[in-house]
Amino acid sequence: MLDVKGIHKTFNPGTVNEKTALRGVDLHMEEGQFVTVIGGNGAGKSTLLNAVAGVWTVDRGTISIGGVDVTHLPEYRRARYIGRVFQDPMLGTAATMQIDENMALAMRRGQRRTLRPGIGRSEREEYREMLKILDLGLEDRLTSKVGLLSGGQRQALTLLMATLQKPKLLLLDEHTAALDPRTAVKVLDATERIVGRDHLTTLMITHNMKDAIAHGDRLIMMYDGQIVIDVSGEEKKKLTVHQLLELFGKVSGSDEADDTLLLS
Amino acid sequence: MLAFIGALPGAVSQGLIWGVMAIGVYITYKILDIADLTVDGSFCTGGAVFVVLFGAGVNIWLALLAALLVGMLAGLITGLLHTACGIPAILAGILTQLGLWSVNLAIMGMKANVAINIIDQTNLDKLLVSLRFVQDVARGSRPFYRHPILVVGVFTIAVIGILYWFFGTELGASLRATGANPSMARAQGINTNVGKVLGLMVSNGLVALSGALLSQYQAFSDASMGKGAIVIGLAAVIIGEVLFSRFFTNFALKLLAVSFGAIIYYIVIQAVVSLSGIDTNYLKLISASIVAVFLAIPYWKGRYFAKRAQKGGKVNA
Repeated sequence: MLDVKGIHKTFNPGTVNEKTALRGVDLHMEEGQFVTVIGGNGAGKSTLLNAVAGVWTVDRGTISIGGVDVTHLPEYRRARYIGRVFQDPMLGTAATMQIDENMALAMRRGQRRTLRPGIGRSEREEYREMLKILDLGLEDRLTSKVGLLSGGQRQALTLLMATLQKPKLLLLDEHTAALDPRTAVKVLDATERIVGRDHLTTLMITHNMKDAIAHGDRLIMMYDGQIVIDVSGEEKKKLTVHQLLELFGKVSGSDEADDTLLLS
Repeated sequence: MLAFIGALPGAVSQGLIWGVMAIGVYITYKILDIADLTVDGSFCTGGAVFVVLFGAGVNIWLALLAALLVGMLAGLITGLLHTACGIPAILAGILTQLGLWSVNLAIMGMKANVAINIIDQTNLDKLLVSLRFVQDVARGSRPFYRHPILVVGVFTIAVIGILYWFFGTELGASLRATGANPSMARAQGINTNVGKVLGLMVSNGLVALSGALLSQYQAFSDASMGKGAIVIGLAAVIIGEVLFSRFFTNFALKLLAVSFGAIIYYIVIQAVVSLSGIDTNYLKLISASIVAVFLAIPYWKGRYFAKRAQKGGKVNA
């Protein structure tokens, strides 16, 4: 479903702020695979996700989704294939618009926007039903402005919106990092339910090693702009935090992981 | 005082006309979150195109349509400068505005102003609005439904109706999303550049239309008639918001509030002129000051409350 081949990205080349964020990343994901991504700050996790989403173009390498080469497609054209949830709960929804209006926008992802009504008459009922999967009571607040919702509610809504039109690829960029622990659990549960229901091909970044182990069927760890660990299948199921740290120490040749990863 | 009351109908008419422009400003400033300075130029462009075409005997509705289209073209240029050339929105607007100064003069045949011949009675009768009609209706020599307040009022309601419909469509909703949250819009497959260009076009179309109405009303277009238009537009948007945002939450009513804001602005200006007898040359200074204060108030309010909250936090800790 996703094919990333040898991508490189350097920010601010030729300046004092030059930073090489990706140095040759290859990643192949089968349809329906749920991959969790971990790594310390600056390891390139978010950069990888943004490269796939098309926030900017990569310096080298190719990206294809479901057999379509999207390397040079702008972000809004790639949206046809991709559902996204951002780290910042404010980024995924339009605060000044109503819940149903936000959902209607997401429902039309990948379609031409015409002069037909922004929300069809029967749509609202549909949305009310869909919101129930989140278990947050949002189904009764369809016409509330999204700006009135809490961070967790907005994040859950963004997740639902990302999957209204079944995406070929779901990108979750530490989508629970900005939430309090209880809400984070709720949003992660909703994620599991939706991904499981629709068998979505999912790439989820997390800061939390336990979450990375508990969710998904494959785990990759990034370090210094490269994928250094890739575990799947039975091996992934049996993985423990301790093992993961040991593995990381071996690969990176340092025990820096203890500080950057264990704390979170 | 009498002079003020006597001038009221004219002030309200003029406020309504500027209100159409202010609704255009609302689209860029509030919906797209862009301060578009093109309007200072496109307002006059609309007036110039209208006066020249009408003077050449073109049907009044066609002349108005032409003004609208030329205004949209001005918006398109600003939009392309901003999106395709990567120029910051404010600067893109200033560039178009400056360029339009020459264009406007060229449209008017390299003259600073062009008049509509309203001495010719048949010509006058063809007009939609005119300052003359205010007096004519008061004197009873013209039916009440030709009063500019009524005519522009109906015109405004039609404009609001069309915009209400448009911003409820899929395309209109994507435009609102573009302004509200560009990263969300892109993630939902919306080309935010197209949204911005389209918004700027709609906005400047309305601004030019308003310019056409004003030149009709005052029976001439003038190269400097759009000077400070953006400030008047912002004043109307802000006054409308401050006074009516509590009760007017629906989108159509918000646009109506902008129109009311423009009317109130003109009544206040008229009051200042008639009651204090101030030199009208100071009007622009007064306008700028009023707008600056109203723009600053929300910021001050925010800072004040933030400080109070911080202090409260410390006590609790």
